[in-house]
Amino acid sequence: GALGLVRGAGVVVSPPPNPQSGLPGGGDVAVPHGAPCPQWPYCRKRCSYCNFNKYVVPVVDEAAVGSCLVREARTLLRLSRVQRWVLKGGGRFWGGGWGAFGAHLQLPRSLPSSVTSVFFGGGTPSLASPGTVAAVLEAIAGAAHLPADAEVTLEANPSSASPQRLQGFRAAGVNRLSIGVQSLDDAELRLLGREHTAAEARGAVEAARGLFPGRTSIDLIFGLPGQSRDAWSRGLEAALGLCDDHLSLYQLTLERGTALAAQVFGGNLPTPPQDLVADMYHIACAALLSAGFRHYEVSNFARKGALSTHNLSYWRAEQYIGVGPGAHGRFVPWGEGGCRREARVQTLEPDAWMREVQSRGHGTRRRTVLSPLEQLEEVLALGLRTDEGVPHERWGRFSPHLSLEAVFGAPGEAAELQQQGWLVLDGGGLRCRREGLALLDSLLPGLLCQLQRGWARAAAAAHGDGTPGRISTGDGGEAAPGIAGAVSGGSGE
Amino acid sequence: MTLAGRTAAWWARLRSPRLPATPLCLPPWLPTGPAACERPYSSHGKEKLDMSTYPVESIRNFSIIAHVDHGKSTLADRLLEITGTIAKTDHNKQVLDKLQVERERGITVKAQSASLFYNYEGVNYLLNLIDTPGHVDFSYEVSRSLSACQGVILVVDANEGIQAQTVANFYLAFEAQLAIIPVINKIDLKNADPERVEKQIEKLFDIPVDECVRISAKKGTNVETVLQKVIEKIPPPQCNTADPLKALVFDSTFDHYRGVVANIALFGGEIQKGHKIVSAHTKKRYEVNEVGILTPNEQPTHKLYAGQVGYVIAGMKEVTEAQIGDTLFLYKQPVEPLPGFKSAKPMVFAGMYPVDQTEYNNLKSALERLTLNDSSVTVHRDSSLALGAGWRLGFLGLLHMEVFNQRLEQEYNMSVILTAPTVPYKAVLSSAKLIKEYGKAEITIINPAQFPDKLSVSEYLEPTVLGTIVTPQEYIGKIIVLCQDRRAVQKDMVYIDEHRVMLKYLFPLNEIVVDFYDTLKSLSSGYASFDYEDAGYQAADLIKMDILLNGNPVEELATIIHKDKAYAAGKFLCERLKDAIPRQLFEIAIQAAIGKKIIARETLKAYRKNVVAKCYGGDITRRMKLLKRQAEGKKLMRKIGNVEVPRDAFIRVLKRQTDK
Repeated sequence: GALGLVRGAGVVVSPPPNPQSGLPGGGDVAVPHGAPCPQWPYCRKRCSYCNFNKYVVPVVDEAAVGSCLVREARTLLRLSRVQRWVLKGGGRFWGGGWGAFGAHLQLPRSLPSSVTSVFFGGGTPSLASPGTVAAVLEAIAGAAHLPADAEVTLEANPSSASPQRLQGFRAAGVNRLSIGVQSLDDAELRLLGREHTAAEARGAVEAARGLFPGRTSIDLIFGLPGQSRDAWSRGLEAALGLCDDHLSLYQLTLERGTALAAQVFGGNLPTPPQDLVADMYHIACAALLSAGFRHYEVSNFARKGALSTHNLSYWRAEQYIGVGPGAHGRFVPWGEGGCRREARVQTLEPDAWMREVQSRGHGTRRRTVLSPLEQLEEVLALGLRTDEGVPHERWGRFSPHLSLEAVFGAPGEAAELQQQGWLVLDGGGLRCRREGLALLDSLLPGLLCQLQRGWARAAAAAHGDGTPGRISTGDGGEAAPGIAGAVSGGSGE
Repeated sequence: MTLAGRTAAWWARLRSPRLPATPLCLPPWLPTGPAACERPYSSHGKEKLDMSTYPVESIRNFSIIAHVDHGKSTLADRLLEITGTIAKTDHNKQVLDKLQVERERGITVKAQSASLFYNYEGVNYLLNLIDTPGHVDFSYEVSRSLSACQGVILVVDANEGIQAQTVANFYLAFEAQLAIIPVINKIDLKNADPERVEKQIEKLFDIPVDECVRISAKKGTNVETVLQKVIEKIPPPQCNTADPLKALVFDSTFDHYRGVVANIALFGGEIQKGHKIVSAHTKKRYEVNEVGILTPNEQPTHKLYAGQVGYVIAGMKEVTEAQIGDTLFLYKQPVEPLPGFKSAKPMVFAGMYPVDQTEYNNLKSALERLTLNDSSVTVHRDSSLALGAGWRLGFLGLLHMEVFNQRLEQEYNMSVILTAPTVPYKAVLSSAKLIKEYGKAEITIINPAQFPDKLSVSEYLEPTVLGTIVTPQEYIGKIIVLCQDRRAVQKDMVYIDEHRVMLKYLFPLNEIVVDFYDTLKSLSSGYASFDYEDAGYQAADLIKMDILLNGNPVEELATIIHKDKAYAAGKFLCERLKDAIPRQLFEIAIQAAIGKKIIARETLKAYRKNVVAKCYGGDITRRMKLLKRQAEGKKLMRKIGNVEVPRDAFIRVLKRQTDK
């Protein structure tokens, strides 16, 4: 049988907390999250809108891919020195035929750290066999602490989500399912190049809700070429009748290089009008709000507290480990003496990735040390996507000496945006108002400018020479000797 | 006489420099066939020619003039081949057109000359062909070349007949009182109708039908006859080698190793290496390093004599030292200078900016090098708040501008932003204060920022041109409507035969600088031709139109425009801006205004949604990169009030539209 593995299997990891305690790094050391994201990079079919790193191949050597995911997860967990983790497979490794599948492990910030969530992403990870998923989870549990209640999500396609398979995944340790429904209209599904029908999607969601009650999420896409306001309203209504407690609504992004984009840019399909798409978004937000959902991130809605722990860890700028071809990670490689957060990317192409894992234990292709300012930029840009925004406490962990107030309280972009009603800075922190959230990408460039100016000013005041130096501790305030700048080619064990 | 015979004669002549100038008898036993057609000098390397064997009586200086594509360069190729100046191969296409742009566009931009040797009825002749540019933009080059000639070959396509440029070129030659040899080319074409064309020539130019020579330059048919006509009908130059040196500079090029190479026509005396010469214009003294003829490559000679055409290299460092129209004479033997040329006046101006400001210095040096060889371009430093530092360039016309831009791209690999062309307006000042300030009552306005208020002006003036349009009669209706729409006044309308009409219109120049030619071509299915000549200034109802963003004027978009055209132009600019400015967090009013009066408006609605849908682990790096680039871009944006306008939007609005 086909084997799916984690595309972005993600593990979110929480490192130990106190920056003042002699233990390095605030942001990356203290919070009880850690998220591995194993990636299953294979798909059975190419969807017309998808530009992920995914591979459609006739036969996948599932045993080989699976053992590589296991090995890479172990290696990276050891590197991050997480004893306890959360693992997420979100990635590239699951696929139809096979898309990328990977796991993302989320690292908790408390000591002793543990894996707080795991996300199996892709590709199409539901194409992998439950046995492979089980093996990855066992490896994670063996290398770090994986609490019994840690969120373990698997991305599934309706066409590879039979009750039997789903049962198998549950037995393997998966406790949350994210189903790529995309649409409940057969014509729209054909336009998107999906291989399932609306009826199959309904069947899959119903089966999943039976097995993962309260922990089944569905994805929908809106803003398709030719889609009307009414068609979207009808689709939304149907989805509300079907869904559990979590929904992700994605505006279609026409990615260069995809079949759908080529048809639109070539004039064969109409460009979805900006204002219509904005209407669709606002219609959906209102409908979901009245159905009791919390709009907790730009595209994510949950009720009864069913927020995705794993995805929140990205927006909260926590640490995570990407396992599998093309998976991304953000963590401090304590295991090799590093003390600064790194952005890491695993090798994209599955065969090459496997060779690297087999010879070196991991397929890390690029490592970039993130400077304290770069980390703050991510904290800002990601945090503002959520309804909680960037709380003072989180900001302070990354920037103990330059407060949120000091950067954005002074006259400047943020003050103007507050005045215009898009943004709030108060006792809780900095966050978007509901109207501002829909415009976030117009707000961020100005806010980043203001942050960069504030940072440079503070650095000049601290040093008189314009280098940021010690004004931040963040995870990496004090740089460890031996690691500087970007390191390419991975390294490791 | 056979080709081989002539070649052999040159061999003989070149081998024995003291050969008498008397007609040669050509030995009939010399080899014949293609091998004999090689260039007479090519195997001689640097050996210098003796030009004393060509007295004034055996010299003919002439040009070929024609409408574009009527076969001027092909005829020149054949003449070069027949006279053995170049080898006869299948590859001789536009031999005299050396620039890449000339070959690609099939046009001649830069005048070139070539000396041809031809034996006719036993006499060795030196025929100097001075190739001229075919387009009206370069008519200053044409008149410059014609002043060194005594006659022209007027080439007309046997199928297309007389076209607009044929008319313009004819008058240039006619006014210079040159002998004119009408030649009907392309008689081998299926649709050729030489009788009709002969009648057109008779009707329009008053040249008897029987004087026309019918040829096919492509096939070589009758080309010999053309050479014979050149000898029979064009008079030799009137001058004497015994007189003191008097040389007219009619062109110049710049060579990195040897400095300025000046093309000269000798109106008297002789010139050789070592001579001390003086420029009548600059009074500077030079010593001659090298003289020679162009074949068409430089071919050194011992001397050049009165009536001959060639080049001189004399240690001039800059092209401006070899001013076109200048007269050179021997040190201590001054002569009355030849009547100089009017220097070329720019008719069309455009801003030129580097695409990236870091390229400024590279572009600057490319411009400097290119203008060395094209002194007709005027260059003034300019800067724009939106586009940065750049230049305002003056060109002779639109084609000139395009050609210049293309040469920058091709020869110097520079990519530039070229703004939409404008014309130089004038204002007659009535305010005593302003007159005192400018030191004169009539000022030229190139930049709209300098446009003086109506209250201090007695009248505004705009440049005009006299346009000639030749068209099949079925398009007359549409063309007349087009011309009226462009504020043109009809001056003449003549049927040149049963089917073709020549129209003359006085156009405001600014009405034809942007898209007139393309529109004319498309509404006549390509059949109408157009040419124009400078016709001075006329009074015009000009105004300055401002563009406002949320009420704040955008300096770089202000335009000087005729009152009747303001509404349409304002609407057009507002629409273009609406497409070019990205949506922002608030609504933006884009308005065109004359003084306080708004004449056009577009509204750019506020963004209602602008946030990327997915941002998970794998998307973050890419997302941050894009955001930081946008943050950087924000610092470079031009802020008009609260509206941020990216440089790119200015480029899209200001740039010349080439894809009409």
